[in-house]
Amino acid sequence: MNVITDKLRVEDNKWIGQRTIRPDGADKVTGRASYAADNTMPGMIWGKVLRSPHAHARIRSIDTSKAEALPGVKAVVTAKDIVDFPLETSVMLGIQDMRWMCRNVMAREKALFHGHPVAAVAAINEEVAAAACALIAVDYEVLPHVIEIEDAIRDDAPILHDFAKFEGKPSNIAGTMTAKLGDVEAGFAEADIVVERTFRTRPIHQGYIEPQACTVSYSADGRATIWSSSQGQFMVRAMTSLLTGVPQSNIRAIPAEIGGGFGAKTIIYLEPVALLLSKKSGRPVKMVMTREEVMRATGPTSGSFSTVKIGAKKDGTFVAAKGDFYIQAGCLPGGPLRGPVGCSFAPYDIPNVLSVGYDVVSNRSKVAAYRAPGAPLGAYAAECVIDEIAEQLGMDPLELRLKNTARSGTKAAYGATFAKVTFEETIEAIRDHEHYKAPLDRNPRPGVKRGRGLASGFWYNAGGESSAQVNITEDGNVVVTTGHPDVGGSRASIANVTAELLGVDHGRVSVLIGDTASIGYSNLTGGSRVTFASAMVVTQSAEKVIGQLKERAAKIWKIDPEAVHWENGEARPAGPNAGQFPPLSLADLAAKASETGGPIGAGVQLNTAGAEPGFATHVVDVEVDVDLGIVRVLRYTAAQDVGRALHPSYVEGQIQGGVVQGIGWALSEEYLYDRQGRLENAGFLDYRMPVCSDVPMIEAVMLEIPNPKHPQGVRGVGEAPIVPPLAAIANAVHDALGTRFYSLPMSPPKVLERLDGG
Amino acid sequence: MTDIRYLAPRTLDEAVAAFAAAQGAARILAGGTDLLVQMRAGVVRPGLIVDIKKIGEMTEIVEPPEGGFRIGAAVAGATLAEHPRFGKVWPGVLEAINLIGSKQVQGRASPGGNLCNGSPAGDSVPAMVAAGAVVTIQGPGGRRTLPVEAVPAGPHRTSLAPGEILVSFTLPPRPAGSSDAYLRMIPRTEMDIAVVGLGASLTLQGGVVTAARIGLGAVAPTVLLVEEAGKALIGSRLDDAALEAAAAACRAACRPIDDKRGTIAYRTRVAGVLLKRTVAIAAARAQGGN
Ligand SMILES: Cc1cc2nc3c(=O)[nH]c(=O)nc-3n(C[C@H](O)[C@H](O)[C@H](O)COP(=O)(O)OP(=O)(O)OC[C@H]3O[C@@H](n4cnc5c(N)ncnc54)[C@H](O)[C@@H]3O)c2cc1C
Repeated sequence: MNVITDKLRVEDNKWIGQRTIRPDGADKVTGRASYAADNTMPGMIWGKVLRSPHAHARIRSIDTSKAEALPGVKAVVTAKDIVDFPLETSVMLGIQDMRWMCRNVMAREKALFHGHPVAAVAAINEEVAAAACALIAVDYEVLPHVIEIEDAIRDDAPILHDFAKFEGKPSNIAGTMTAKLGDVEAGFAEADIVVERTFRTRPIHQGYIEPQACTVSYSADGRATIWSSSQGQFMVRAMTSLLTGVPQSNIRAIPAEIGGGFGAKTIIYLEPVALLLSKKSGRPVKMVMTREEVMRATGPTSGSFSTVKIGAKKDGTFVAAKGDFYIQAGCLPGGPLRGPVGCSFAPYDIPNVLSVGYDVVSNRSKVAAYRAPGAPLGAYAAECVIDEIAEQLGMDPLELRLKNTARSGTKAAYGATFAKVTFEETIEAIRDHEHYKAPLDRNPRPGVKRGRGLASGFWYNAGGESSAQVNITEDGNVVVTTGHPDVGGSRASIANVTAELLGVDHGRVSVLIGDTASIGYSNLTGGSRVTFASAMVVTQSAEKVIGQLKERAAKIWKIDPEAVHWENGEARPAGPNAGQFPPLSLADLAAKASETGGPIGAGVQLNTAGAEPGFATHVVDVEVDVDLGIVRVLRYTAAQDVGRALHPSYVEGQIQGGVVQGIGWALSEEYLYDRQGRLENAGFLDYRMPVCSDVPMIEAVMLEIPNPKHPQGVRGVGEAPIVPPLAAIANAVHDALGTRFYSLPMSPPKVLERLDGG
Repeated sequence: MTDIRYLAPRTLDEAVAAFAAAQGAARILAGGTDLLVQMRAGVVRPGLIVDIKKIGEMTEIVEPPEGGFRIGAAVAGATLAEHPRFGKVWPGVLEAINLIGSKQVQGRASPGGNLCNGSPAGDSVPAMVAAGAVVTIQGPGGRRTLPVEAVPAGPHRTSLAPGEILVSFTLPPRPAGSSDAYLRMIPRTEMDIAVVGLGASLTLQGGVVTAARIGLGAVAPTVLLVEEAGKALIGSRLDDAALEAAAAACRAACRPIDDKRGTIAYRTRVAGVLLKRTVAIAAARAQGGN
């Protein structure tokens, strides 16, 4: 058995590391792939959500009688149909508190943002459903609202939640998180140089192309089937169960192809509502959000207001670091404090650290996870301050980072003591890269300035629960089922691993995603955990299958199973002593499966561990049009320890995608609100994500330093690449213009105003 | 649920008759790249759609004997790009029309739609204004012509009377030493809406500007003809003082709003920057460069 695992460590892997054709590729490029909104059912009706027109309002009453009386309307639900989780008791599902989730899917005491669902209707078509929504009379007591962090934390700010207290007083700071190491004040006292700066970022939407959608059919026997796209069908089942009171065993959640999630589809909005509408109407109910609903009322990730202070010795040695991170939670508690608090200083060996995160609520859509939740916000602040320290000390920012890298045995403020740290390698990879060595023409044309910037980043990575089943079909091929929606090419990676382990042609392996009834519990696709965890359970399943195959061959040959080897997809006698038999292929053994003991297949369910953290270092060249204030990215190189690239194209894709999202964050994306607290740019025209022509080819430098705790050496790769770009680009803009921006995005009006001396 | 009727007449007379008879409940459909988006968003709900793409005059590009070009209002951007001579004579108008949207949008989007949609940020409009285009309009009362800058009446409003259809754009013959250019400022490189757009058309003789027209978009409720900017350039050799005077005229003409797409200060400043850049391109083209 170990032969196989050992074999994976050698260079001549046949399938692992190959750019095989992705199993879901043909369907996606021909438009045949079935996404959440593609599902239809006989008798199906349409659900629509009525949303709050106010940013903050008490709901005095809701009268749905007129809507219910409209011909074609089959059901109406409001918060009173959703399971209530009283404010006193926290009920957690993963990192989500059901007290907040039940209020997020349907406003209860108050409407907390413009776009907050207050009721939902199911009707024979979308038009009737929309007309019925307009007939629902909601009696609102409009309250003063607050949008921005700095306004929300003022003493006289309108308070969203009476239950939230900070320092004994009602507050919009709903919670805090601290990471501490050593004694920062003592550390700063030792420093020769201290730089402290304050930074601001705006909320950013994950920007997935596929709007949230689902179809739910609730049958007369009390069983429900949910078709939806998410980052976890088991999360869909569990959360819907909690919010509707239908037991998990009575819910089957079937994952559709997912058109992007980036973290935001780790929670749900529609499924419980559609289930209740289906239950009331007795009909399958379909709900599809519009792009505007997606922008107004799902995600985004937090904006931030952070102060970071770092102290160093004259030689550049960091002695202390302090961070205060005010993070937007949206209208209900639960901002991603863990990102900035834990990750900002984690790449460095700093003896004294104090990192505090504040969870700030305001009248905006509740935030949802977005790649490396919160970490880019902290890294933006920390990595810009590091750049400024390098400038003040007259040191190369790359050498300054190299001097301070965390190493094996370094203790991070968030609690971990690192086993094997591969941060240094990412910096060296950039240092030795042609990009970093290439001279930069700083003034290529009149009115144009160029600069180069550098930044690094860290993400925890994660293991957790995963299940897999590997079955040999009767005709001797292989079907692998896992419980993870494939958002980043995980099926392609798993196909490579399975083909390698079993020694069969890649084309003979099918990888499928099971629904909640066909595979064991599997945690979310998120946190950079899926390839790590599913490769682990698939490896163990495949090893069991190989054990079975050897037993079957042994039975046929009437020799000891120990005397059988599995090689290149065939059972062979281990050596001359074992006997002389012609090899038995997978097909041979499958054909004889019934006679030799029955179906061949095995599954494994594990709580995986050993996901070592991810480190990344990026370098970027920018060009600034100084008359228009436009910043463009000319060249971008991202180095990251990826452990083992099971399928290099999708590892590169993760890195490139993270960088491009970071570019949008740094330069053009932002949520804009009007005075009434309404989002002004709820669409892709005015919410400016980069388009293809805005970004250069992102060069991904994949360092394959095997993670010793994983059978193939895999390390999570999906989050780390979005962590450095904000600071890398800000540092490059400073290099070009000689002036620093402490707020994002660095949009043309902001840049021009600064250049004009504003 | 309202039913929508669709008509695709073969003649302009039929189109005008149907359009006028519907009394405001009808909409003209050219490429539909604005209309269909607006219908989907629920902004307009027409009872009748009159598709004008089957009408010969509206989809042809003609070079009349007296010189110049006559472009049907519904000619798609891609069709204009394929014309063997148009882009050589009016590179600025062509680049403005071709900036609209993407390849897919170009297959449909028309200059007539761009103008009649009435957006102050429509890309082809400042270039047409600079070019001195004259539009032909037909309505229940017959035909009339208007300078293109007289068509926009405010955001999403035009001076077309009820029942009137924009038929074509007539661009004048070009003396030697003439060319034009269009530039817009957008935060992205594509798929965006002009924060400022500027068209410049010049004629130079012996290095001296003898004719100049400047069209400025997205800085006021309608696209503007900035006559002062043209005057500042005429008679000059495009020296810094003349360019700065023209840029100042553009800045002075701006009556922008602060909105999600740009601030007043930004738009005003950029109008001057684009004047200089666009004029430089038009001058280089007029003098035989590209
Ligand atoms: C993805 C995308 C990107 C875009 N990018 C740009 C851009 O970069 N720059 C830009 O300026 N615009 C852009 N647009 C808007 C649009 O494409 C342009 O305004 C285009 O020129 C409209 O032309 P059309 O033929 O499609 O007009 P239509 O949608 O057919 O018509 C537009 C309006 O004008 C009226 N109309 C049309 N023709 C006539 C006529 N002959 N007489 C009277 N009324 C008429 C219609 O009733 C309608 O109200 C974009 C649109 C999309 C969807």
